[in-house]
Amino acid sequence: MLISNMEVVPGKKIVKHLGLVQGSTVRAKHAGRDFMAGLKNIFGGELTGYTELLTESRDEAMERLSEQARAIGANAIVNVRFSTSSIAAGASEIFVYGTAVVVEDR
Amino acid sequence: MESLINLIIFLLLLTLGYVFGRMAESRHYKSIRQREDELRSLLVMPKKVPPPQYALYESELVMGNVVISVDYFKTFVAGLRSIFGGRVGAYESLLDRARREAVLRMQEQAQAIGAEAVYNLKFETARIGQSAGQGLGSVEVLAYGTALLPPSVYSEMAPQA
Repeated sequence: MLISNMEVVPGKKIVKHLGLVQGSTVRAKHAGRDFMAGLKNIFGGELTGYTELLTESRDEAMERLSEQARAIGANAIVNVRFSTSSIAAGASEIFVYGTAVVVEDR
Repeated sequence: MESLINLIIFLLLLTLGYVFGRMAESRHYKSIRQREDELRSLLVMPKKVPPPQYALYESELVMGNVVISVDYFKTFVAGLRSIFGGRVGAYESLLDRARREAVLRMQEQAQAIGAEAVYNLKFETARIGQSAGQGLGSVEVLAYGTALLPPSVYSEMAPQA
């Protein structure tokens, strides 16, 4: 599956548009991590635990995105965008969407 | 007595935040500058469409993210600022660090897969943590773009004109 955030794929021709595909995931941190983050709010610095957590959730959202695209017979997703929102204290939603297309070599 | 203890705790937190926050920030800036110099050769462009010389290149999505937390001192200074108004330098440097770090991580990922350039760079900033409701707890910055990889098959078959 070719995933790109450009509208066109260099060297490839879009032969068919299959519409919007999306993937999302909501994740929460466990209390231990939250406690550590609270401490870090005093000292400053990177919150490695949160960085990893968000990377994992983004990977999962991308997995769902490509699953959906595969199901409708696409071989590429173009114009991919990410969006993150804190929906509740300690939980954030990662949303990724794009256009499923069929591409061919030019 | 109780208010005295509270004052001492507050001053202690402020000092801890100032000392450790400053240390973390200068260390981070040093590492950012060093890695930016190393990765200068990898082109990153916010342009939507790559120029025609990349027509045969493979494309792949790359991204980098980072979560950076404020320190107690910054929170306090920003709180004071919001009374008088004006530039909040404490938060400016925080976001600057986060953005540059995210771009660097994205560049590192692009370099690892052998890309020559990254086009269509986009940023995404979100406030996270339990203090998401009040003030700025910690920020997440995500940088993503499309990495362009030299076509290995072509370059092996014939030297590029």
